[in-house]
Amino acid sequence: MRNLPEQLPKRTLTRRQIQVRTLVSFAVLLLLFTAAWMGFNWIKKQPSDNGTPKPLRSVLNTNEKIFASLFDSTRRVKEYPLSAADKKVRVNGNAGMDGQVDMATWRLQVIRSRGDTLFLTMDDIKKLPKKDIAFDFKCIEGWSQVTHWAGVPFSRFVEAYQLKEESTMNYIGLVTPDKEYYVGIDMPSALQEQTLLCYEMNGKPLPVNQGFPLRLIIPVKYGIKHLKRIGTLFFSNTKPADYWAEKGYDYYAGH
Amino acid sequence: MPQPLKEVIVKHPLAIRWFHWCNFPILLCMIWSGMLIYWANDEYRITLGKKEVFHFFPESFYKSLGIPFRLAEGMNWHFTFMWLFFINGLLYIVFTLVSGQWRYLLPNKRSFKEAFQVVLHDLHIKRTQPKFLKYNAAQRIAYTSVIVMGIGSLITGLAIYKPVQFGWAAWLCGGYKAARLEHFILTIGYVLFFIVHILQVIKTGWNNFQAMITGFEISKLPKTKTDAKSS
Repeated sequence: MRNLPEQLPKRTLTRRQIQVRTLVSFAVLLLLFTAAWMGFNWIKKQPSDNGTPKPLRSVLNTNEKIFASLFDSTRRVKEYPLSAADKKVRVNGNAGMDGQVDMATWRLQVIRSRGDTLFLTMDDIKKLPKKDIAFDFKCIEGWSQVTHWAGVPFSRFVEAYQLKEESTMNYIGLVTPDKEYYVGIDMPSALQEQTLLCYEMNGKPLPVNQGFPLRLIIPVKYGIKHLKRIGTLFFSNTKPADYWAEKGYDYYAGH
Repeated sequence: MPQPLKEVIVKHPLAIRWFHWCNFPILLCMIWSGMLIYWANDEYRITLGKKEVFHFFPESFYKSLGIPFRLAEGMNWHFTFMWLFFINGLLYIVFTLVSGQWRYLLPNKRSFKEAFQVVLHDLHIKRTQPKFLKYNAAQRIAYTSVIVMGIGSLITGLAIYKPVQFGWAAWLCGGYKAARLEHFILTIGYVLFFIVHILQVIKTGWNNFQAMITGFEISKLPKTKTDAKSS
């Protein structure tokens, strides 16, 4: 190459200078590795914040701030033709799903900011515009599957039941009827147009193990946020409790 | 009595040595935490026809390294150290470009032809190898490739981490599933690079190795008067 020198630069040093520089350089390297190892162990030993050492949790929270600020609700999850959906839908997790649901008494409870609660029947939900979606459902474990769901977009639900004021808050929280499973979701993700209060899978009512009668489908999040068998929906400015976040996982868990 | 003088060749700038040795523990942490994550869906195998030749990874491998049931922990380390990996890599690239060190590093027109000669030399088939300044042709190709791989890990990683917000990355990788496989293959690539790198460093000897720490190589040629006036 044109600009390369003919040879690498040379210097003359005394034997003593070479010895000192070598010693110092090796000492610094040893120090670097020791510091890295001690730093690693220090992080591991820190008190836990929701199932993970505090320093890691604070990085996760910072990551959440960064990526939530980059979140653009006009970016849609890729949709597939409904025919591309897998008929054998993988079932993962059954927390909060003990016992039966009695449809005669089941209501979706929506806690409003004034303190009053809406009690909605399945018909109240089904009369709203329905949206079908086939998308690549992503599990935090690393697998994904193209599956077909249908329900009312959460954004339409908010409009229909005059929850505009509530939807200016920072989070929604969802809880199963037995309160065993619960998630918190940031509002921009909840209001993204592909987020559904879902009551159908593959064109039929949800199977029990997929969250009958109503579950959340939120394509911009990992599966851990797609709560099955919704009992209560509420709004909050602080982070609602989250089942997997308490067990060491990232709270945001979004794409 | 005056001390005897020795000639040294100034080889690696201080900044490059720092980037190199910082990258080692950072990448180690990324690979380790990556394995904690991969374990939760360890779907990759090498197959011949329908026969499984190798499963990434065997149960004994997981057990000996204490990998199972640590997905959340793995993700948390991974998404912390990704910043260090990114910043260190970015600083390295910027430094290499600005300082002109890239001229020693990037392959040139002759490199691809010469690299073959280097390989023959390293395999003891040929006695001599083409002349080089800092890195020989094979080193230029290998070291440049590993940097391109680093950029690849970043892009495939983004495609897995935020496939919607970084839709362009997911598209570039051929989708979410493809990105995960590519991310994995790149990691296997680092491990293979590491093995060859260590063997080559051992083979080349102490003077070369210590130069990555001290920055200089001790010149083996005796100083003569003809040296000074040549060229």
